[in-house]
Amino acid sequence: MSLETNPAGETLAVAARRTLAQVETRGTVQVAVVKRIVPPGPWFAWNLRELVEYRELLYFLVWREIKVRYKQTLIGAGWAIVQPIATMLVFTLFFGRLAKIPSGGLPYPLFFYCALLPWTYFAGALAGATGSIVENQRVITKVYFPRVLLPLSAVFSGLVDFVIAFVLLIGMSLYYRVTPGPWLAFVPVFLLLAMLTAFGAGLWLASLNALYRDVRYVVPFLVQFWMFASPVAYPSSLVPERWRAFYGLNPMAGVIDGFRWAITGQNPPSLGLLAASATAVLAILVAGWWYFRRMEATVVDVV
Amino acid sequence: MSAAAISVAGLSKRFRVGERERYVALRDLLARAITAPFRRNAGPATNSSEYIWALRDVTFEVRKGETIGIIGRNGAGKSTLLKILASITQPTEGCAEVRGRVGSLLEIGTGIHPELTGRENIYFSGSILGMKRREMDLKFDSIVEFSGVEKFLDTPMKHYSSGMHLRLAFSVAAHLDPEIFIADEVLAVGDLEFQKKCLGKMGEVAGSGRTVLFVSHQMNQIRRLCARVMWLDAGRILCCGPTAEIVTRYEAAMASGDGAMPAPREVPRGRGRFLGWRILDPQGGDPHSLEAQGPVKFAFDLELNQPVQGGRHRILLYNRDGLLVWGDDTPSLNLSPGRHRLVYRFADLPLRPGPYSWLLGLYDDRGGVDECHCVPQLNVCTEPLNNLEDERTGLLNISPDFSVEV
Repeated sequence: MSLETNPAGETLAVAARRTLAQVETRGTVQVAVVKRIVPPGPWFAWNLRELVEYRELLYFLVWREIKVRYKQTLIGAGWAIVQPIATMLVFTLFFGRLAKIPSGGLPYPLFFYCALLPWTYFAGALAGATGSIVENQRVITKVYFPRVLLPLSAVFSGLVDFVIAFVLLIGMSLYYRVTPGPWLAFVPVFLLLAMLTAFGAGLWLASLNALYRDVRYVVPFLVQFWMFASPVAYPSSLVPERWRAFYGLNPMAGVIDGFRWAITGQNPPSLGLLAASATAVLAILVAGWWYFRRMEATVVDVV
Repeated sequence: MSAAAISVAGLSKRFRVGERERYVALRDLLARAITAPFRRNAGPATNSSEYIWALRDVTFEVRKGETIGIIGRNGAGKSTLLKILASITQPTEGCAEVRGRVGSLLEIGTGIHPELTGRENIYFSGSILGMKRREMDLKFDSIVEFSGVEKFLDTPMKHYSSGMHLRLAFSVAAHLDPEIFIADEVLAVGDLEFQKKCLGKMGEVAGSGRTVLFVSHQMNQIRRLCARVMWLDAGRILCCGPTAEIVTRYEAAMASGDGAMPAPREVPRGRGRFLGWRILDPQGGDPHSLEAQGPVKFAFDLELNQPVQGGRHRILLYNRDGLLVWGDDTPSLNLSPGRHRLVYRFADLPLRPGPYSWLLGLYDDRGGVDECHCVPQLNVCTEPLNNLEDERTGLLNISPDFSVEV
């Protein structure tokens, strides 16, 4: 190896390339991106512009999660249906046939499946969001991107399973001769409510999980309790009228009641309950975001 | 061109001692809360001994297009500094301003998932390192070609050999096109050929007018790539300046801890002594540093109070590890009292860059006249020509003509 060097100590080839690069640079307009790095302040603002900038990474995170989820599985995306169907069968047998829970005139399988669909999505998205920071700790200690993309991607990637299971729901409602009506248009609204709930609660749990690993043992319990606090295995009409608004503070109550109605057109949810649910979602979301931003500042030093 | 790409002012980062293991379980926290009233030192939690400063009041500037090396022993705060500049972690005090798109490479293969195929991982890893999708579509072929794993593009990465894994991962990183490139010890992985490839790419990046900030423990890499070096120690900038000077000082400091150099013999004082040494007509102006290949003259000044008859002069040259690299004895010297200058001419002194130390001695039949280590030491700051990995550089700095003959 021989090196011809100029006084600056660089090889001629490198110098030539540098000159070329300088010429190229002059030809284009350089947009200067200035980033100020300062200690975390007392208030952690929403950096929505940054989120927009990183939307492609969100897409890739969701895409990766979906790809990885069913790699090397036998029935692949079939799992999206197996879980709600199996639960539906159990519920139909025990809560329906044996306990004779009132279903408001709906066939038991449809009654339960309507609720299990958003619930399964919610439980999966919540669990995914909770683990998202810890599972990606290697990545977040090596490269920067808005950490909030991780729980957010868990919320989005669950949608694929939801859509698959939803197709089955359509088939099922046709089988039970439940004709879809204009209320079907409200499905996206309630789905969005479920997503926001999963995201808000996921922000809390992801932060807590990053700090205290106990959380991962608590979440399965939490999800179970939460399910019984939601009208999955029973109609919310069983809850006494005066407790209804309080009951609605569980956003999933509004989601599930609304979902059942949007599919079947029967038993419209009470507006008071819906209002309570929507308010609760907002509160969880804002507080969750705030807590997450606080955690985000130091998480790399702690995970 | 001389605008600052990175300016850092008073940057500090504080860690709680043992922070990495801090929150293992809620249980511990509860236990701590319960036992707190019974503990004797129930002082405030902000007890200063619980904290360490990984970085303390670091201020510097990097000009656009400059390549800066960061050196320092383990735990000096190098990685913390890079992580702050890459926005991965936040400073406790001070601020930094980064002008331009930052690409950080603190690890090879960030975001690679073993279940995904090579093709999928190129996209995902690229995206997480900050590439846009359109950009990756354009560069995809080039990335694949650079990595040399075309055949296995649709095989899950878990079936890759570690070498293939590394090549693909680096290949993605090498196609990042940031204005400011931050890299941490990334060239220290893989086999020799791979390292050469990485280094070539790094040189290309550094030469193309981009700003590069990189940490390495391989002093020869630093010498080859950087014009300026920043030496961090215990979270502070110890010094910052031209590569040759700082790196040599650094190596000297690292070596002096070993104490491998032989101690000079005790000789009775009074008959004479060595006063010092210098390079005659030094290239770079510093009479104690050798900055170019080619002929060089060393002068050693000696002062004698008594005559020396049939004396023997010894000269030994040690490298920083205390290894003797050259030595000579000159017998039958007859010297009168007064000052003398002993001059050595070398047609070339092809020593690997680094700090060296002279051991001089003068003896006659009555015993030793003087024996001492010359201060200051000799700093060899020539352009390194050899392998860039420190442990494969060897002692000599020469580049032979190489050819393959039948």
